[in-house]
Amino acid sequence: MATDAPLLELTDVRKHYAVSGGPLGLKTVGAVRAVDGLSFSVRAGETLSIVGESGCGKTTTARLILKLEEPTAGAISFEGRRLDTLDAAGLRHFRGSVQAVFQDPWSSLNPRMTVGRIIAEPMIVQARLSRQDRQDRVAELMTQVGLRREQAELYPHQFSGGQRQRIAIARALSVDPKLIVLDEPVSALDVSIRAQILNLLKDLQDRLGLSYVMIAHHLATVRHMSHHVAVMYLGQLVEIAPGRELFRRPLHPYTQALYSAALSTHVGRPLSEPALKGEIPSPLNPPSGCRFHPRCPHALAECSASEPALVEIEPGRRVQDCSCVRRLISAAAK
Amino acid sequence: MQQLIPESGLAAKAASTLVSPPVVRRPSRIMRALRPWLTFKAVLGISLLSLLLVCALLAQWLAPVDPNKQNLMAAMIAPQYFSGPHFLGTDHVGRDLLARLIYGARISLSIAAAVVVISGAVGIALGIVSGYFGGRVDFMIQKVVEVVWAFPPLLIAIAILAFLGQGLGNLILALTLQRWIPYCRVVRAEAMTLKEREFVVAARSIGASHLRILGRHLLPNLIQSALVIGTFAMAAAIIAEAALSFLGLGVPAQIPTWGSMLADGRAYVSTSWWMSLFPGLAIFATVLAINMLGDALRDNLDPKMKRRR
Repeated sequence: MATDAPLLELTDVRKHYAVSGGPLGLKTVGAVRAVDGLSFSVRAGETLSIVGESGCGKTTTARLILKLEEPTAGAISFEGRRLDTLDAAGLRHFRGSVQAVFQDPWSSLNPRMTVGRIIAEPMIVQARLSRQDRQDRVAELMTQVGLRREQAELYPHQFSGGQRQRIAIARALSVDPKLIVLDEPVSALDVSIRAQILNLLKDLQDRLGLSYVMIAHHLATVRHMSHHVAVMYLGQLVEIAPGRELFRRPLHPYTQALYSAALSTHVGRPLSEPALKGEIPSPLNPPSGCRFHPRCPHALAECSASEPALVEIEPGRRVQDCSCVRRLISAAAK
Repeated sequence: MQQLIPESGLAAKAASTLVSPPVVRRPSRIMRALRPWLTFKAVLGISLLSLLLVCALLAQWLAPVDPNKQNLMAAMIAPQYFSGPHFLGTDHVGRDLLARLIYGARISLSIAAAVVVISGAVGIALGIVSGYFGGRVDFMIQKVVEVVWAFPPLLIAIAILAFLGQGLGNLILALTLQRWIPYCRVVRAEAMTLKEREFVVAARSIGASHLRILGRHLLPNLIQSALVIGTFAMAAAIIAEAALSFLGLGVPAQIPTWGSMLADGRAYVSTSWWMSLFPGLAIFATVLAINMLGDALRDNLDPKMKRRR
C-alpha cells in the first residue's frame, strides 16, 4: 500500500504564539513555542502516531496539519503541494482530502443537527452528490461505522460516547478523504469502548487505504495501529521510529519513561524505569540544551549546554542526539 | 400536563382495557407535530396572545363604541358590567374604557413586536459577528455598544421624540435604539464560547464558509438565549411605551394606548380605581402571555427537551 512519495510532509515547522504584556498589553514580551522545528512525513496508507504529554504541542500540530492555523515558519506539504500557497481550487481539494476526528465526541457534533445532517455536511460543503445520493451515502456510511441507518433521524444527545465517535468517523469518511487527523480519538471514551473504536479505525484503514495522523498521550493506545510513532516533548520530536522498533527498544529516556508508564498497570511486572517526576516546563521559557534534561533520569552535565539535533540512527528511525542517549545506546550494544 | 393531551389519554385507556395484544395507535402526523405545544404554558400563552391579536385586528368591529367619543356627563362611571352601556366604566372625560382597551391593544402589541423584531435582528447579527470574528471587528462593535449603552435609556428616548416629533415610527426608533444591546452582548459571549467548540472547528476543517458556520452552527445554538431576552424585551417594550405615553411623549394623544390610559388614571386612582386597574391588567396579561410563549418556544427548539416520539 505504501508508496515512496510522502502524502503529508512537514519540514521544520514552527508555531509560536506571541505573549503580550506591559501596562496596556500592547508589547510583545515573549513567545510560547508550541511547536518548535518539527519534521516528519506520512505515506499513503500509513498511520503516524504523535505521542506526548499534554502541553507538548501535539494538538497544535494537528491544527497545523488541518490548516486551522498557519505555521510561524517552515512548510507543510500535502501531496507535494505546499499548503500556504494553495489557490482556491487547491484549498478546496485539500479540505476534501483531509478530515478530522476530534477528542471530545460530546462537543464535536452540533447538538442542533440530526445525525444524518451532520454526516452529510462535508458533502454539502464540498458540493458533492445530489440530495438523494447524499442520503444513500449517509445510510451506507452509518452501516460502515456500525450504526443503524434509521438512527440518522436522531440527535447526537441520544447516543453514547462510543456511538458519537462513530458518527464523527462517518462524517470524516463522507468525502472519501486520503488522510484523517485523529486528535486523541479515544481518550474521552470509556476504556471498554476504546478497543472497539480503534479496531474500527484499523479496519477502515485496511479497507479504504486511509492514512492517519493520530494524536495520543498514551503509548498503549497507539501500540497496535501505528506504522510510525513520533514522541514529542515541549514542541520538539525526541524520537521517531517504526512502531515495532520503538516498542521493542525505546532509545530516548523520555520515550522509555512514557513506555514504562504505559506498562505500569501490568500485573506482576515491576517498574524497571523510574517514573517521570515533576511537571512539563513552560514552553514560554524552555530549558537550555536538551529540553528534557531537568526531568531526565540519565541527565549529564553537558545535557544543559547544547541543544541536541535529531539524527537518523537506523533507516526510518531518528532520535535526538543527546549525550545521554549516545551513552544508553552504547551501553545497550555492549 | 397529561390531561391536556386527550389523544394519549384515550390510547392509554384503550390499551388498558384490551387484554391482548396491546394495540398501540400511532398518533397522526399532525398530532405528533402538535404534541410539544400542548403544554399548559404554550396553550395559555398562545390563547392569550391570539385573543389580544384578535382585539387588535378587529378593533373597529369589537369595540362597543367610538373610543374617542367624549361625554363629560358620563365621566368616571364605575364598571357597569352587563347592567349598562359601559362594561368597564368610563374615564375622566367619559370615554368608554373597554373600547379604549381594545383599540389600545393595537399600539401596544405592534410597538412591542416591532421593537423586539428590529432590535433582536440587529443585536443578534452584530453580536454573532462580533463574537465569531473577534479582533478589530469585535473591538469596533463593542465600542459602539459601550457608547450607546452609556446614555440613560429614558433620556435618549425623550431626546429623540423631542427632536423628531411624536409618532409611531419615532417611538419605535426611540425604543429600539438601545434595546439591541442586551442581545448583542449575550450573543457575542455565546458565539465566543461556541466558536471554540469542536463541532465549529470541525466545520472549519471541512471548509465550510463563514456564513454557513454562522447560520448553521452558531445561530441555532445561541438562539435560545436570544429568545429568552426577546420575551423579556417584549414585555419591557410594552412597559417602556407605557412609560413614554405616561410622560406624554408616546403616540399622539388621540390614539388610545394602554400606557397613556394608565397615566390618565393615575390622578384618579383613589376615586376611580378602574381607570388604572384595567389597562394595568391588560399589560400584565400580555407580558405574562409572551413570557409563557417564550418558555414554550425555548423548550421546543431544544432537541434535548423534545419528548420521545
